[in-house]
Amino acid sequence: MLNLTPKKISERSALRINPCKTCQPVGALYCALGVHKCMPHSHGSQGCVSYHRTFLSRHFKEPAIASTSSFTEGASVFGGGSNLRTGIKNVFEIYNPDIIAVHTTCLSETIGDDVGSYILDIEVPDNKLVVHANTPSYVGSHITGFSNMMCGFINYLSRATGKKNGKTGIFPGFLNPADIREMKRIAELMDVPFIMFPDQSGVMDAPMTGRYEMYPEGGTTIDEITALGDCSNVIACGQLTSGEPANVLQRKCKVEYDLIPLPIGIEGTDKYIMALSAMEQKQIPKALEVERGQLIDVMLDAHFYYHGKKAAIFGDPDTVLGLMQLVLEMGMIPKHVITGTPGEAFERAAGAILAKFEAPDCTIKANSDLFELHQWIKNEPVDLLIGTSYGKQIAKAENIPLVRAGFPILDRYAHSYFPITGYKGALRLVEQITNALLDQFDRECADEDTDVVL
Amino acid sequence: MNNSVILDERKDFIRFGNGQNGISCDRDSLSGTVSQRACVYCGARVVLNPITDAFHIVHGPIGCASYTWDIRGSLTSGSDVYRNSFSTDLSEKDVVFGGEKKLAAAIDELMQKHSPRLIFVYATCIAGVIGDDVQAVCRDAERRYGIRVIPVQSPGFSGNKSYGYKMACNAIMELISPHKPTGEKRGINILGDFNLAGEMWIIQNYMKEIGIEVRATITGDASYESIIKAPGAALNIVQCAGSMTYLANRMEQEMGIPFIKVSFFGVEDTSASLIRIAEAVGTPENIARARAFAKREEQRLKGFLDAYKPRLEGKKAAIYVGGGFKAISLIRQFNALGMKTVVVGTQTGKPEDYEMIAQLVSSDTVILDDANPAELETFMKQTGADILVGGVKERPLAYKLGIAFCDHNHERKHALAGYDGVINFTQEINRSMNSPVWQMLHSSLPDIEYGALQTCEEVSV
Repeated sequence: MLNLTPKKISERSALRINPCKTCQPVGALYCALGVHKCMPHSHGSQGCVSYHRTFLSRHFKEPAIASTSSFTEGASVFGGGSNLRTGIKNVFEIYNPDIIAVHTTCLSETIGDDVGSYILDIEVPDNKLVVHANTPSYVGSHITGFSNMMCGFINYLSRATGKKNGKTGIFPGFLNPADIREMKRIAELMDVPFIMFPDQSGVMDAPMTGRYEMYPEGGTTIDEITALGDCSNVIACGQLTSGEPANVLQRKCKVEYDLIPLPIGIEGTDKYIMALSAMEQKQIPKALEVERGQLIDVMLDAHFYYHGKKAAIFGDPDTVLGLMQLVLEMGMIPKHVITGTPGEAFERAAGAILAKFEAPDCTIKANSDLFELHQWIKNEPVDLLIGTSYGKQIAKAENIPLVRAGFPILDRYAHSYFPITGYKGALRLVEQITNALLDQFDRECADEDTDVVL
Repeated sequence: MNNSVILDERKDFIRFGNGQNGISCDRDSLSGTVSQRACVYCGARVVLNPITDAFHIVHGPIGCASYTWDIRGSLTSGSDVYRNSFSTDLSEKDVVFGGEKKLAAAIDELMQKHSPRLIFVYATCIAGVIGDDVQAVCRDAERRYGIRVIPVQSPGFSGNKSYGYKMACNAIMELISPHKPTGEKRGINILGDFNLAGEMWIIQNYMKEIGIEVRATITGDASYESIIKAPGAALNIVQCAGSMTYLANRMEQEMGIPFIKVSFFGVEDTSASLIRIAEAVGTPENIARARAFAKREEQRLKGFLDAYKPRLEGKKAAIYVGGGFKAISLIRQFNALGMKTVVVGTQTGKPEDYEMIAQLVSSDTVILDDANPAELETFMKQTGADILVGGVKERPLAYKLGIAFCDHNHERKHALAGYDGVINFTQEINRSMNSPVWQMLHSSLPDIEYGALQTCEEVSV
């Protein structure tokens, strides 16, 4: 595969090679895992959910549980209504979740299953809930599915009672548990009461106890999702992931929202903290000022080694925008920036970041793939690659270091236990980027240049 | 016995040792259970994917291509084209107006840049429901470009993973059938090894050792050139019976090539298989060489196995794998190490597999078809299993239960086939069962009981 990619670029409109995205349902499944005692349910062939669970297990090295309607030929002809009915009955009977979150697939969407009205007709046990979202695999990407599932929960559950609860709703976007933990820690330091939705921390990083809990302690509770409707405001992180759910909540429950980038890098974290402080004019605690100062201190110490280096960044749209911002803050050039998720909004947002830094010309593309990225790198080389495990082959072929960030990371351990959000997360990224460049230098430099002190 | 998690509808799929007769299997999964099974596409893809110079185009929305991109673990000695992911990435517009044009355009774009000799086009759920005539597009491309473009009918809903194996076998037949052999048939084809961690190479070396010619490998490390030689073989040996018996049957009926089932997992099965192959297709000299080689290898491993036995003897194993043949070999392998198999299940085992399994295990062993995690958990806890052998989805479940694990699927990094596979397998299960991490789990500061470390030291042959 290393030799397959030719340098000469030719237009492709029908053939996707080495994708930088996957389909909606896996995003919906991951979103639903961030809800306490929730069973995600895939309404389609059983292969879908088998792949999604495998994919998530490979990234988190954790069980990823979900059920399926197990479509057969019959269901595909006559509709999946009875499969869904049996499925929901069985799931409550065997696995006893508090809530089932149904998402559709390309198959159930194409045959025209009306899951919403199926659910109305299905008998649900007392005190149990079933919600759904439409997640056709042929639209958008896993990010779209994540966003749609959030909308599904809000549509079914969130309610405005007319009495505000004084809390801030925080939509973290498609992140790892450690990123969410870091965002919660910052909100706690700021003394801001909040509801985090969804929240995979405590679920996809549950500790080892020797007992298997199908529903670990973490996750946003049903009551919390309901109470989103009474929040004073919402901070929606990641324009392209959390924007639509925030919109839905605003329309339904009149909760105003701030739409900010993911808190990756200095400005990204600053904006998150400012949004948290805005509501009640909270003071910024000393502890966070110290963390910010430490980050800048290290960036100054190490800046000679990364200043002016060129990076290629790929992955999910909001994550890539955050990483791009950080890289520019470090004085590096994000030469090639791509996401597989379609949508011009990404290109506009990336263009705005470049303009803000008055950065030199860079290639930016949504709806791209890694074959295309590799071709660009062959034509205009970079010093560093930042993205998912799928960059591994390009990194090897071009002999450039790869810093792993985003989803999925399938070939490393413990990554989901360390954040890339907040000042702490930025510090970690600065360390990883600097070390990657220095490791490469140490490995390849002449003997006389091998120096103990750098 | 607490069986509250077992649905009435599932009870026919579970039996206990050789005490009862019959088990339900080879049926569709129940809606709403967390099945560990995959779909038709998955079955077809895992069989065909190891053909190294084939371009595998997935015709459907992006997911099916993304999830199967470079995950098979099958190694190549030639082209690495198969490790890329090609898809038509169907969008809403295509679903409404049909995807045939996009598929044809995708093949055109491929032809502009590369020079494939073989393309497989996988029809996924969507291609099936919107009624794309994938066959016609492929035929047309074959005519225009003069290469093989073979459709694989694999909509996920059209059956289960086993059905996908069949669809892959049909595609292979379509590929090899036109290549009628010239001259006398000789040598063997190796069916149903996928060269995970280089296992096909191990088997090929054994064949060289005993003097048997290998014509084609299906599909581990196969290429277009090598696989079309398959019709010239005198015998098919079938390792992964679950996926390849169908192909072997078709080749027997349509090409007159007989087959035997073999297994290269474990000392006992490896030795028996080598001798059977030599007996089936070789000269007395080949048979003698097979016997001598098997004896030599068994001798070589003896000291090694003796060193590990005390660490493993008396431990209990649970097995949950794809097909029956692997489960059977694993039970024998555990028996040889003095370990008892307490739970055994498969995703796609056949009635005859389960009969064989029942004969190999004791009367209280739990036998399951298409088990879900709740059942695996219940029975592993009840039986006190020390290690689970399974695939990617079972690994984190085992760990969470405090049970050791061995990957016997796509994610294995060491060959588990042949005599060297026995070495790797033994070391792996020792590594996982006797890791000091379990001591940390079952005790807390300041009372950690160390003392497992002598079992950490690796013994080599």
